[in-house]
Amino acid sequence: MKLKSLIALPALALIVAGAATGCSSAAGSEAQGVEARAEAGQLTIGIVFDRPGISQKNPDGSFSGFDVDVAKYVAGKLGVQESGIKWQEAPTAQRENLLQNGQVDYIVAAYTINDARKQKISFAGPYLTVGQSLLVRADNTDITGPESLNGGKKLCSTAGSVPAQNIKKNYSKDVQLQEYDTNAACVEALKSGAVDAISTDDVVLAGYAAINAGKLKVVGKPFTKDSYGIGLKKDDTAGRAKINDAIDDMIKDGSWAKAFAKNLGPSGYQQPAAPAVNRY
Amino acid sequence: MEILTEYGDQLLTAFIRTIQLAALSAVGALVLGTLLAAMRVSPVWALRTVATAYVNIVRNTPLTLVVLFASFGLAQQLGITLVDAKSPTSITDSSFRLAVLAFSLYTATFVCESIRAGVNTIPVGQSEAARSLGLGFTQGLRYIVLPQAFRAVIGPLGSILIALIKNTTVASVIGVAEAALLMKEVIENTSALIVVGLIFALGFMCLTLPTGAAFSHLSKKLAVRT
Repeated sequence: MKLKSLIALPALALIVAGAATGCSSAAGSEAQGVEARAEAGQLTIGIVFDRPGISQKNPDGSFSGFDVDVAKYVAGKLGVQESGIKWQEAPTAQRENLLQNGQVDYIVAAYTINDARKQKISFAGPYLTVGQSLLVRADNTDITGPESLNGGKKLCSTAGSVPAQNIKKNYSKDVQLQEYDTNAACVEALKSGAVDAISTDDVVLAGYAAINAGKLKVVGKPFTKDSYGIGLKKDDTAGRAKINDAIDDMIKDGSWAKAFAKNLGPSGYQQPAAPAVNRY
Repeated sequence: MEILTEYGDQLLTAFIRTIQLAALSAVGALVLGTLLAAMRVSPVWALRTVATAYVNIVRNTPLTLVVLFASFGLAQQLGITLVDAKSPTSITDSSFRLAVLAFSLYTATFVCESIRAGVNTIPVGQSEAARSLGLGFTQGLRYIVLPQAFRAVIGPLGSILIALIKNTTVASVIGVAEAALLMKEVIENTSALIVVGLIFALGFMCLTLPTGAAFSHLSKKLAVRT
């Protein structure tokens, strides 16, 4: 018992200290900012590792996807070479904390802009307009959109995600929702026939359709409207302006369309119009 | 504070789900664990081997894999969903029952090992005396050995129950709407990782601290005094 409390106390102290620094650096006055980091030639960028077409870690350790291309382009505009980028995994629940603690400089990770998040961090962009949509097996003909989801259709979505909550709230009378902790698990369930459709952001679905061409397809029009932004520290106004400029340039010089076609084109998913950057 | 008022009802529902998961799994684990323990101390070689193999395999498999196997292996590949497929709530019910099954199968191994340790504390003279009274192996186990063994391991069984309560959070990977899944939702909506984490940690302590206190009380009260 004595030994236990001896170990537990410092551990608790560490946790509390960690929480405290998390708070203080959020309100921190030392404006380090993305620009200062970029001048030093090094950037740490938060991405996800497991979304085909969006951003994915390849077997050889490299990264590819639309988000990765956007992140690289922005880094280039900030004056950082590809070799100066350190990729860091940014799990959904930890994204705001990673930014507030300065563990990453910015995050490009299918990061939906919303007000709750804006209170903690700030968003550059948007660089992509997305909406919730449906992914079904290629031979499926009776699901054509959310209005055709009735008669106890089985739908899969990531546990706790906004799309899953949206289904629960608005379509719970018509469908049964299976939640799994990853999209990949939902894709397995869809392929095995355990569920009839998967619902999340259309571009994420497009990525899965692209690597399962001929087996899975995205159907119907998106039934929500969201935007992906690049997350960065809340007080970094100068950095946000720079990143906004970079996104503007990327859309204007055609790199944006090229990146979309390269990463998400093979799914047959139609390229959306480029969004207008919101300098709030 | 806003989080508590906004999600108060859902918090309650989610924790009730957690308690249901833990309680049902605890019963399942106790029954199966006792059976396994009986097999492991039995004089029949085949029973001992089967029980030993089961305990060693399941106990050393990560719980997440056991739970995922229940959903992907049993339900999707083998079609064992434990529900009527036409029921309008088949997915929710299926996930819940599969999770209870997985937790029972997994926790039973720990219960088995605890009870076996309890059996080892009973002097051999006790079962010899039972045999000389004309009791068979099963009778001796049931009337003489196990009642004393259980009373010796109430403390360890309490620790296993506490571990089980916390392990139920794994059920969110197959979509059981318990506390951990609600936590994911609230974090997704509020982005307040630390506050939300603390609220749920507190919720779990409300379940585990009384459990621990009750079991240490029971273990003192029911201990076999020699």
